[in-house]
Parts: sequence; structure tokens; C-alpha cells
Amino acid sequence: MNAPGGSLLVAEGLRKAYGPTMALDGAEFSIHPGEVVAVMGPSGSGKSTLLHCLAGIVTPDSGSIMYDGQDLATMSDAQRSRLRRSDFGFVFQFGQLVPELTCVENVALPLRLNGAPRKQAERTALEWMQRLEVDDLGRKRPGEVSGGQGQRVAVARSLVTDPRVLFADEPTGALDSLNGERVMELLTEAARSANAAVVLVTHEARVAAYSDREIVVRDGKSRDMERVI
Amino acid sequence: MNLRQWSRDLGLGVRFAFAGGREGWIRAVLTAVGVGLGVAVLLLTTAAPNALEVRHDREQARLDWPFGEPPAKSDRTLLIAQSDTTFRDKDIRGRMLEPEGARAPLPPGLNRFPAKGDMVVSPALKKLLAADDSAPLRERLPYHVVGTIGESGLVGSQELAYYSGATGLTPHVNGAVVNRLETFGDPNPSQEKTDPVLLLLILVVIVVLLMPVAVFIAAAVRFGGERRDRRLAALRLIGSDGRMTRRIAAGEAMAGSLLGLVLGTVFFLAGRQAAGTVEVVGVSVWPSYLNPSPALAALVVLAVPTAAVLVTLFALRGVVIEPLGVVRAAKPARRRLWWRLLLPLGGVAMLYPMIGQGHAGGDFNQYLVSGGVILILVGITALLPWLVEAVVGRLGSGGVAWQLAVRRLQLSSGTAARMVNGIAVAVAGAIALQMLFAGVDGDYTKATGQDVSRAQMQVRVPDGAPLGPTALKFADTKAVRKVTALWEGYLGDSSWKSQDGPQTLGALAVGECPALRELAKLPSCKDGDTFVLDGGGTSNDGPILNKPGRKLYFEQSSDDHSADVLWTVPPGVKKAHSVKGLTDWERDGFLMTPSALPKAAEKRVSGEIYLSIDESVPDAYEYARNTAFRVDPLSQPMNWTATRSDTKFSSIRTGLLVGAAGVLALIGASLLVSQLEQLRERRKLLSSLVAFGTRRRTLGLSVLWQTAIPIVLGLVLAATVGITLGAVLLRMTDTPVDVDWASVLAMTGIGAGVVLVVTLLSLPPLLRLLRPDGLRTE
Amino acid sequence: MSIGHTLLGLLESGPRHGYDLKRAFDEKFGHDRPLHYGQVYSTMSRLLKNGLVEVDGIESGGGPERKRYAITDAGITDVEQWLATPEKPEPYLQSTLYTKIVLALLTHRDAADILDTQRAEHLRSMRILTDRKRRGDLADQLICDHALFHLEADLRWLELAAARLDKLKAAVHT
Repeated sequence: MNAPGGSLLVAEGLRKAYGPTMALDGAEFSIHPGEVVAVMGPSGSGKSTLLHCLAGIVTPDSGSIMYDGQDLATMSDAQRSRLRRSDFGFVFQFGQLVPELTCVENVALPLRLNGAPRKQAERTALEWMQRLEVDDLGRKRPGEVSGGQGQRVAVARSLVTDPRVLFADEPTGALDSLNGERVMELLTEAARSANAAVVLVTHEARVAAYSDREIVVRDGKSRDMERVI
Repeated sequence: MNLRQWSRDLGLGVRFAFAGGREGWIRAVLTAVGVGLGVAVLLLTTAAPNALEVRHDREQARLDWPFGEPPAKSDRTLLIAQSDTTFRDKDIRGRMLEPEGARAPLPPGLNRFPAKGDMVVSPALKKLLAADDSAPLRERLPYHVVGTIGESGLVGSQELAYYSGATGLTPHVNGAVVNRLETFGDPNPSQEKTDPVLLLLILVVIVVLLMPVAVFIAAAVRFGGERRDRRLAALRLIGSDGRMTRRIAAGEAMAGSLLGLVLGTVFFLAGRQAAGTVEVVGVSVWPSYLNPSPALAALVVLAVPTAAVLVTLFALRGVVIEPLGVVRAAKPARRRLWWRLLLPLGGVAMLYPMIGQGHAGGDFNQYLVSGGVILILVGITALLPWLVEAVVGRLGSGGVAWQLAVRRLQLSSGTAARMVNGIAVAVAGAIALQMLFAGVDGDYTKATGQDVSRAQMQVRVPDGAPLGPTALKFADTKAVRKVTALWEGYLGDSSWKSQDGPQTLGALAVGECPALRELAKLPSCKDGDTFVLDGGGTSNDGPILNKPGRKLYFEQSSDDHSADVLWTVPPGVKKAHSVKGLTDWERDGFLMTPSALPKAAEKRVSGEIYLSIDESVPDAYEYARNTAFRVDPLSQPMNWTATRSDTKFSSIRTGLLVGAAGVLALIGASLLVSQLEQLRERRKLLSSLVAFGTRRRTLGLSVLWQTAIPIVLGLVLAATVGITLGAVLLRMTDTPVDVDWASVLAMTGIGAGVVLVVTLLSLPPLLRLLRPDGLRTE
Repeated sequence: MSIGHTLLGLLESGPRHGYDLKRAFDEKFGHDRPLHYGQVYSTMSRLLKNGLVEVDGIESGGGPERKRYAITDAGITDVEQWLATPEKPEPYLQSTLYTKIVLALLTHRDAADILDTQRAEHLRSMRILTDRKRRGDLADQLICDHALFHLEADLRWLELAAARLDKLKAAVHT
């Protein structure tokens, strides 16, 4: 298989069925380091499933996902978990911050899962929170901050491990447009400065406009919009 | 606010309880199962007194002693002999029957007499006889099984019993082992008067068993509280007022508890049936015993739904349900200690006036006892939330799993404490009871004073059987290491037939020199010698009687009217120092070698054979018992054990053990249920944690910590309160306070075991929840 | 956009030279297209003729002749009227894109391709605007947002049309 030159993550011929529903039906994907790729498509088109496959959260029924020379589809669950801890970052629409932990503890969590000592992890976490302009929320719990702030905390958490790929599933879905755009701005800026690739699943064109490139998923099939023109 | 509105709102709540798709159903069923288990235990408890009564009645109805004058032989009399035996650690009730005429009374549960060589057995014995490894028992009871004993003749479904046919019992009638009967049972059944200590024990057992059930029901109706709060908020949005939502919530709780009543009845009936197949510490019951008294059952039916509704309303008191969500009364105030301490202190205050009443012929005020114990135990449920909050707030950092657990506990320490309350109450109660038993046991358990180290079994040789050959039979028996054969009797200073009987009497043991050396240090010994014992300094009766030429009278039973048999103390009786030998006590009186015993006295002494058993041989005791049974089925070999507990106490202890096991299992189930519910509500969060690479082990550990921390606190508190309560109760019975650390450890260990099992059981569902499907948004 | 009304409005804060007017306009509104000086000159002549402005004074010497303009009362009334009159919402009822699709369907060409091409083009524009918005000031952001919302609306329509192509096809061929 030939990856497009210099690609970091390449998927080909992905198929995945949940029961009788075909979520992915031969989808393809590729992304370069530092690139932001939007995955768009109507609800139920399979765009979240594509993200889950690319991130090694679910294994596809068939197809290959090459990341850095290894095929995610053939890795064990433990190997994929390790990869997610070390190389990937995640932002979801909601339900991602642990409500009992303070914001800074939430951001430090991925570092601590990698074995970092608590003090050091929280120091790094606070630096990232500064970059996302939420460092004043450190001691608060997620329930005590606004949606936009919470989402920025989540972005800080996704970037705290210096991931090479950041997966964002509707990161602004629960926010108004002003907060959403601020989050997108900070997210893409932080990712670009860290040279992290961003896979951005969204159904909002204005969010997708923060990307460098767009993939549309329809009925489980993907279409690279750059090749359209 | 009228009745129609009330019923409409409650009805709406009932509908909500079962509506809401699969989730709603699961929640309703969980609540119902929880309440149902509680109801089942309550019903069993209400049935327990009845069961004890029926057992007592059956026991009374088959008593086989002639009450009053022993009847004369007629065609209406029956000869009955006790031929009880023991197989491994199980007691078997055995009776030999010899009807003396056509109208002889049939024992309860039999419809005809077995012929000689036949026997009628209980179902449990039939099963035991048929078991592969019961060969020694089959050898002992070689009779042909011709039928089974009916339920009316047994006190429990698992009782081991048989009736065998016999002949030739007539010469053995002695008013003890062999009796002549015209009728079974006590014509005036006893109404046992319970003594105050016993009453105290029963009260405490009932309270200790019911308290955790109450705590449990309180927890069960709160399953799924958060989801319900959201639903109530939605109802407020479409225009129902605060009172209405509370009524609807009450309706929901009522629906669960009503279904719980139905389930509870089913569980009870199933448990009742199952109870017939189990035996705990030698006690079993028939299902038909377990009939709850109608009044108590009705009380349960009314009380449970009422309690469910009240608990729900109580839980909602700090909650403001707004149209846009549920607001918990801001940040709940820090829990205060002082009023929480009032409860247990109040309990102690109620018990205090009764300290020392146990032995002064006084009695206990039932209400004060129950009230005091309840207050002390309820105090745990009040103190635990405070303790958990105080400790968890100070817990420091640790690994990720620890951090997740501690932070969660800090945020909702009340929920955590609620989950553990039941176990803490049960453990505290059980510890107190164990202490009470251990302390009171000293009074009610008689020391048998037999030294287990030298001889483990004693067999009485039947009248008329020769001692020597009988001893040889035992010597040839497998697993018997050593046989010591002695004739034993008593010598008195005057006739046993006189008005008052002898004033001074000494024991007499007759045997070969080696056997006598087991009892005393003999300077020398040859056949024909007689020795007098110094009684180890505790009894001087031997030396007092040892006056050469003095006539002593051999023991004679009161209904034996034959002539006195006398022994003249010869000169030259050697002095000997008695030692603790076969028995735990030092003998006094005289020792004789066989030829020193007057011929006429041979009928006045009875043969005893002491056996030393090689316990390393499997079923070692069974061979000796078989030999004993072959020699004489009525011989009843005794195992020498250190103590023998009063049967009354062992039955209460049994009740406690069964109850504690049941309650802990019940609470374990509720812990599991609420654990799973919590996990399900956090499904999305858990999935996203897995997405960014959290190890499953970390999440599993955090679940363990989250349960273990409150449990440890709960158990510490339970041990403290339990020991305090136990000490107070012991003081009440006027028994020295002695903490039974073994039972404290055992009970807390069981509590901890429940937690471990619950965590292990919740792991598979946790792992299922961690599957990435949880991230999918519909 | 009415340049005349805009220049009048700028004059309301005080008399200005023509060149000052152009600079003020460019600064505030002319991000895309700066005004030509000639445009200012012709517009001011028209306003003078209609009596909405008057010449406040002439500076000469050195460079070109520089007239200073001031707004008249009639001019103020005119600005007021313009601001108070709502703009007619653009109905977009005659869409070129719609025409293209129907024609493609009628001639059995791939209409979905047309939609996707357009979609890609729209998103490209949106990316440029987004980028400019990120670098620009508040004015830039507001202007770009306006355009972005319009483009987003178009894009939504494209998505909707794509989802309904089959129905449309059936309707066109009957």
C-alpha cells in the first residue's frame, strides 16, 4: 500500500457494521503532520465511526489504518490503548471531564496515566491551561465552569501530552458560535504550533472552515473534496 | 388538595415508574428486587417465632418418657429404647420399639411398627445411608429400611432419625434409656418460661437482623435518584407545582415497593421451600413451619410501601426541583457531629438503668432494650456519613485510581456512606451479639471435665456383659489405640436404702493394674490389692472411709429392693496419689484389682471402657461406635469434648448465623445493584476515559477503592459501636466484659469479603461498559 | 452600498477635504475595494448639485486645489432617512446554481458533482475568510462573519439539495 507522501495516518477500505447498519463502507482517509482535516457529513453518515476507527477506539471489520508504519487494525487492545495515551489526544462534545476532579486534575490526567508524578503533571497542565486562557479555573470542578470554559479545559487536556494526532468529535457542538469559534481558534492554533495533526469531525461548515482540507462522509463512503476540483 | 388529585398524582408516579422504556423497567425492577428481598427477610422473621413454636410442639409431642407413674405392662404399652448414635459430626436420633400388645401407641410420623430387623428412617437419614462413603453407618444400622418417618414425627426436614424394631427389651426397662409407655408426648406440654437473659438475646437478635433490612429498604427506594430528578424537573417545566412533583415521586417509590411486596412474597415462598432443604448447625425446619402470623404479615404489607414513600420524601427534603433542573440545597452544610452522637449516647442511656439486672432475678424492660439497641445501631447510620466526610476530606494524593476514587467520594460522601450503612449496622449488631454469646456462654455451657488428650471416647458396658471380652472387642477395632476397662461404682458409709442415704461416699474403680495406673500413681500393684486415693487434696472422703474393719455399702439404685451388698475395709489398704488421667478430675475413694472385689458386688458396679482413638485414621470414631453398637445399641458411646453448649443457646446462635448470612448477602446484592447503576450513569464518561487510553485496570481499581474506603471506615465504626454495645449488654447480664477479638475479626472479615465479592462481580459489567460503543451518540 | 449616503454620513461629524473623506471611507468600510479619488470627486459633485453638501472653503497652494465640504441640513435629513429605511432582504429566488442543477439533470449530467464542486469552492472561500478574520481586528471579524454566515447558508442549501437530488430528478423528468 502506498501512503500519500509524508502522511502520518492513512486509512484504506474501512468497513464497519454495527449489527445490520453499515456505518463505514469502504472509507478512506489520510492526514499529514500539522494538517487540520475536517470530516463532514449528515448525521448517521458514519463520520464518528470513522474517527473512532482512526483513533484505534474501535477496530474496523476490514481495511487498514496505518499510523507511523503500524497497522492499528491488527494491534491488540492494550497496544492501541498505549498508543492513544502517548500519541493521540481527544476532545468530545460532552461527557468527557471527570466531574469529581478539579479542572487542573482533569488536564493532568493523561500525563498521570502515563506515569508522571502528580506535581509535575499538574504544572504542565497549568501551562496548557494558560495557553487556552483558562488557568484561573484550576481549582474549580467542571460543574462550576461554563460550557465554553469546560471545552477549553478539555482541549488543554487533549494537548497536554503533546499528541501527534488530535481527534476532535464535534468539539463545539454544545457551544454557541462565539464560544465555539474561540475554542476552534485556540485549538487549531495550539495544534499548529505543536505540529499536531487534527482530525475534526463536525457538521458545521464554519467550524470546518478552520481546517486545511475537507472530507465528506456519505452513507459510509468518504469523499476527499480537494480532489473534486 | 383533594383525594382525586392525590390519587391522580400518585397514579402518574406509578406509571412513570414503569414507563420510560428499558431503563425505566430496569430501575423499577431493581427497586422491586431490593424491596422484595427486604420483605422476604421481614416475612421470614415474622415466621421465625412460629417455626420455633412448631418445632417445640413437635418435640413435645414425641417425648418418650412416662410422665407420672410408669404404666404396667399391658396390650396398650410399648417398650422404647434410646439408641441414639453419632455419625461423623451428625447426631442421629434412634429409638428401638417393642410393642407389647396390639394397642401399643405409635410414635408420631409412623403408621405401623417395624418388625425386628427392620427400621423406618427419616428422609435425610435414608439419603445419608445411601451415600457412597456411608459404609460404616450401614454397618452400624444393618436393618432393612421399610419406610420413612412422616413429617409429623420430625422436628426438621434434615433431621436424622430412625425407629427400629426390637425384642427382648423387657429386662432393660430402667426409667432412663428404656421406658414403657402408654402414650407419647407430655400430657401437659410445657410452656417454657424464658429467662431474662434469653429474652434479652432474642430481642437483640431480632433488632440486629431487622435494622440492616430497614436500612437496606431505605437505600433501595433511592435507586436511580438522579434520573428521577431529571424527570421531575421536566414535569415542572410543563407546569406541575412542587407539591405535585413530590407526590409523583412518592407514587414512583410506591410502585417499586408494591412490586417489591409481590416479589418479596415470591422470594419468601421460594426461600421457605429452600429452607426445607438446608440444615445449619444441626437445625433444619419444614417449609410448613414458616408461616408468618397474619397480623405481622399485614403489618409488613402496610409498613413497607409507607416506609418507601416516607424515605423518598425525606430524601427530597433538601432538593428544590426547578423546571430547568434540580437544585440541591446549595452546598450542603458541613455535617455536624453533636446531634449524631446523641443517638448512640441516648441508646446507652436507655440501657444503662438495666445494668446488672441479668442475675438479680430482675428482668429487662423489652421496650427499653429494643429502643436502646435500635438507637445505638441507628447511631451508626448517623455517624457514618460524618465519619466518611471527615476522613475522605483529608485523604491525600496517590495514583490515578486512588485520586479518581477519593475525589468521587469527596463529592458524594453521603451516597457512599448510604451504601455501607447496612453492612456497618449488620456487622456492629453481629459483633455485639457474638460478645454477648461468648460471655453468657460461660454460664450456660457446662464444662464436662474430660481430658481429651488421653481418651477420646467412653463406652458404658451394658449390664450383664462381661468386661474383659468386651474390652477385647474394642481392642481389636480399627483405629483404637488403647483400651482402658474399668468397673465403676460407689461405696457409702451407710445403707443406700435408708431414709437419707449414705452421708459419706467414695468412688470405686476396679480394674487390672495397668488400667488402675491410669488413675493413680501406684507404689506397687498385684492382683488382690486395694488402694485408697488421696483425692489430689480436694477430697478427703477416701482416707475418712479407710478404717480397717469398717463396713461400706455398694451403690444401689432406689428402686432396687434386693439386699445390701457390703464390703469390709481390709487392713493393709495401700495409699496412692491420684492423678488426672483419663478424666480431667482427680478421683477419690478406692481402687481395687479384680480379685479384691467381692463376688456379690459384681452386679453393683458398671463397666466403663475408655478408648484412645487414633484420629489420623479416616472416620476413626466410626469403627469404635460400630463396635459399641454391636455390643449393645443402647450403649451410647460419648465423645469427650471440652464443653457442651446448652441447646437453647445453640438454636439462637443458629438463628443469628442464618440471619447474618442472609442480611449480608442481601446487602451485598444491593451494593452490587447501586454500583452497577452508578456505572451505567457514567457510561459516557467511562468510554471517553478509555478513548484517551485509560487502562481498564486503573478504572477497576478506582471502583475497588471507591467501595473499599467507605467500607473500611464503616467496619471500623461498626467494630467500635459493636464492641461498645456488646460491653453494655454484657454488663446488663452481669457478666465480665471480655472482647471476643476472634469474632470481631470474623464479622469484619465477612463484611470485607462482601465488598470484595461485590467489586469482583461489578467488574465484568464495568468492562462491558468500557467498550467504545459508549461513545456513540444516537 | 450607497457611497453617497456613506460619504454624507462621514461629513456629519465635521467638514472634511475630499482626500480626508476617501481615507476615512477606506479605513472603515473599504477593506475589499478602496475608493478611487475620481469616485469621491464625482459623488461630491452630485451631492453639491442636489444641495446636500456645500463647499466650506478652498485651500490652495502647493498641491492640487483642495475643497473642504460640509453637510447641509437637507443632507442631514437625507442621511437620517437612509438609515431609517430598512434594506430589502435579498430573496435569492433566482439562483444560478438551481438552474445549473436542473439543466444537469435534464441533460443527464452528474448533478451531485456540480454540487460538490460548488461546495468545495464555498468552503475554500470560507477558509480564506476565516483566516482573514483570525488575523484582523473587530471590524474585520464582523465583516468576515457576515460573509461567512451567508456562505454557510449557501452550503447548507447545497447539502440539502444533495440530499434531495433523487426526488428532484424524478420531478424534473415528469
